[in-house]
Amino acid sequence: MDYDKEIDLRGLNCPLPIVKTKKQLGELGSGQVLKVVTSDPGSMRDMVAFTKATRNELLSSEEVDSEYVFFIRKS
Amino acid sequence: MSDTKRMALIATKGTLDMAYPPFILASTAATMGWEVGIFFTFYGLQLLRKDLSGIHISPLANPAMPMPVPMPVLMQVMPGMEAMATSMMKGTLKKKGVATLEELRTVCVESEVKLIACQMTVDLFDFKTSDFIAGIEYGGAATFLEFAGDADICLFI
Repeated sequence: MDYDKEIDLRGLNCPLPIVKTKKQLGELGSGQVLKVVTSDPGSMRDMVAFTKATRNELLSSEEVDSEYVFFIRKS
Repeated sequence: MSDTKRMALIATKGTLDMAYPPFILASTAATMGWEVGIFFTFYGLQLLRKDLSGIHISPLANPAMPMPVPMPVLMQVMPGMEAMATSMMKGTLKKKGVATLEELRTVCVESEVKLIACQMTVDLFDFKTSDFIAGIEYGGAATFLEFAGDADICLFI
């Protein structure tokens, strides 16, 4: 998937993946896509809740070798 | 009332383990675009001090705290045990990528979480406003209740 920016949040635990994702989204323009990689299993659920609450679009989320990859389009 | 969700927390404890829940919930809710306020009262007021190095955890009367080796209660009262438990816990938190209290509190401040210090507690323990971080409000139960009255979630921690 094409993306405009990538952020590596592996090694960070709740709530930092959400907090840092939000910060990074703030630096993107509307419609741009952010790729996020985490190692916190809780972020699978948290990222759904976060994008829903902030009305950003979670394009995809998947687990790859105990890491979690998300693509989020900024609203 | 607006569409924005509001969360009101009361932080009453000043130990390391009990300092995390209010700051984690508040920083997360603020990140999700919620309006958040925390009322710091009694020992919770310690969480607003500039210097958080005095926030400790004790294995004493805390049987749920995981210890690397089982420790009899009589040993837990020995001098230095609290410092040891605190440094152990901080080390584990760091290793697991959990933010420090300072980091979480900074997120709260930057995302405009309303931090209310209980004025009565400040007077009770003879604290000085210079002990606390800048940008906080001082108020009483009425100040908190006015904010909490319109909250979707209210928790006592």
